Amino acid sequence: MTVHRDTRAAPAGPAAAGPAAAPAGSTTGPAAAHSADPHAPRLVYARPEVLVDRSTHYCPGCGHGVVHRLLAEVLTELDLPAHTIAVAPVGCAVFAYDYLSVDFVEAPHGRAPAVATGIRRVRPEAFVLTYQGDGDLAAIGTAEIVHAAARGENITAIFVNNGIYGMTGGQMAPTTLVGQKTTSSPAGREPSSMGYPIRITEMLAQLEGVAYAARGSVADAGQIGKLKAMIKRACQIQLAHGGFALVEVLSNCPVGWGMTPRESIEHLKGPVAQAYPLGVIVDRLASAPKDTFAETCPAPAHPEA
Amino acid sequence: MTAPHAAHAANAARHSDKEAARRSRVLMKGNEAIAEAAIQAGCDAYFGYPITPQAELLEWMARRMPELGRVFIQAESELGAINMALGAAATGARVMVSSSSPGISLMAEGMSYMAGSATPMVLVNIMRAGPGLGSIGPSQSDYFQATKGHGHGDYHVPVLAPASISEAMDLMATAFELAERYRTPVMVVADGIMGQAMEPVELKFRCPERRTFDWALTGASGRPARIVRSIDLQPELLEKRNLDLQHKYAEIARREVRWAGYLLDDAEYVLVAYGTAARVARSAVDKARAKGVKAGLFRPITLWPFPSRELARLAGRAHGMLTVELSSGQMVEDVRLAVEGRCPIAFHGRMGGLVPTPDEVLGALKALRGKVERTRHAQAAHAEAAHAAQEGGTK
Repeated sequence: MTVHRDTRAAPAGPAAAGPAAAPAGSTTGPAAAHSADPHAPRLVYARPEVLVDRSTHYCPGCGHGVVHRLLAEVLTELDLPAHTIAVAPVGCAVFAYDYLSVDFVEAPHGRAPAVATGIRRVRPEAFVLTYQGDGDLAAIGTAEIVHAAARGENITAIFVNNGIYGMTGGQMAPTTLVGQKTTSSPAGREPSSMGYPIRITEMLAQLEGVAYAARGSVADAGQIGKLKAMIKRACQIQLAHGGFALVEVLSNCPVGWGMTPRESIEHLKGPVAQAYPLGVIVDRLASAPKDTFAETCPAPAHPEA
Repeated sequence: MTAPHAAHAANAARHSDKEAARRSRVLMKGNEAIAEAAIQAGCDAYFGYPITPQAELLEWMARRMPELGRVFIQAESELGAINMALGAAATGARVMVSSSSPGISLMAEGMSYMAGSATPMVLVNIMRAGPGLGSIGPSQSDYFQATKGHGHGDYHVPVLAPASISEAMDLMATAFELAERYRTPVMVVADGIMGQAMEPVELKFRCPERRTFDWALTGASGRPARIVRSIDLQPELLEKRNLDLQHKYAEIARREVRWAGYLLDDAEYVLVAYGTAARVARSAVDKARAKGVKAGLFRPITLWPFPSRELARLAGRAHGMLTVELSSGQMVEDVRLAVEGRCPIAFHGRMGGLVPTPDEVLGALKALRGKVERTRHAQAAHAEAAHAAQEGGTK
């Protein structure tokens, strides 16, 4: 793989950088990584080739970019980009295919798990990935996600939950917190008429077809590191034919939430993480490693578990 | 070998051919025959959801597809089924779904995306009577839905309408051919009678040649990534996408019109009908001929593209046309558009799962003839009067 130097300001990507994290741009030469000169600058942060070198359309402070970055890193580390067929949702991430250079099909709103099922069954050799938001997965697409999970479809589902319909202008989502103001709940979400938030990952984790269900967050560097481990685990489970694997990502929507990026991160760490507890909810393969899976895909240690 | 021997041998061969054909004829239910024809046409994956009157199609697939190591999924809904089809088809697989009217409504979303993203797929609609839940009786009430744009947006899909079970079997291969040649979903519509009835059919199948697709998603190995999508937020680009679709539709309309005629050469009255209604109309034509009325049958096989030009040509010399449908009159609108007033058009239809009898159709034909003849007499009398007046004036 060609290593490209990223000259942009480093986003919250310490997961890639490791303990010796340094801001991108501190490297000076294209051959820095391979230089024998001990005084030459060291390449510590590079853009995975599968991550397309362009600015995203996401709003300032949005978490989608971090999730894309983590996916690009995990796909690259597992040598998957050339085998991946991904499914893009309807919502802010509809243009995910502009940022990840893998084969992509665009699904109608909520239908990504069904589309992925079709791909999975006719292309057993492909790595199949879905990327959905909370309106897509937890409202209009509930039937599709529940039944793909119940069938134990061997796919990896990334579920970005920012508690709002971002692309359409910040309306209430099924995951919107009680009391949260949105453009369609201007006085705040009132449970007596608008119901309660859905913790859909916990619901899905009940199903026997679900090999892995976890919830991470993009709130800070530490959580991003844990999130990356979850995404990697969810991908490895597919490679081991383990069944359905889902990672919910708590993310922020500063514009939709009416906050500055910094406020939105504080909100994400506070009320959002309280409503949606972080951690691995189920890892059925780790608790019953009776097949060759244990050898091919050892379970990483989950700090929350 | 002497000549008589050769003749005898040839006769024997002919006899054994006929015998073989007879022996290869089996009694098959429409739904099952359609399913088997799709399998023999190389269908890689089938996705469905139970609904009457097409459930046997799904059941046949449930048994046969796994036997052959192919894909069968009973989806959670028709939405699930059509979107599974979208995913599988996007990888270049030969894919089919089937349902009946209410389920087809749910599939409209996926069809629109597949038309927009140019994804080949075959959808079978074994139509029942509506609107709403309606009933499971045979009907042709989904003609508008099939031919005028099933889902949202500005698109068409080729629509094939068989009138017998053996024709349905043949058209399944045609449907896959069209789907892959033009990168489009294709619909096959038949009513509940076609799905439920049994007919002797010859087990003759066709499997369209496999193409390689330069758009199919197979993993971006050694090539740039591919995207199957329908979105384009830039108006100019989306218009271009739409224009490309329209060019494709123009080509389909130019090259793929299919229809069949019966006793049309000297027909003064042309019955226009498709599917089961065409079989009733054909009986009515025979009855009319027995009474000395020069009737014929024009049967569209492609409902879209509609055989407008062919019908317009007939209208130039026909005294009148009678459209027969199992609906309130949907195809008759296309007949009128095609004929453009060249001859009178009448309609006879039944709804709710009822099928008109040949005598009923004959009655409608009689009424049309009466009207046409009265008009002709009136016109002749008017012309005569005008002529006489003119003669008088010149005297």
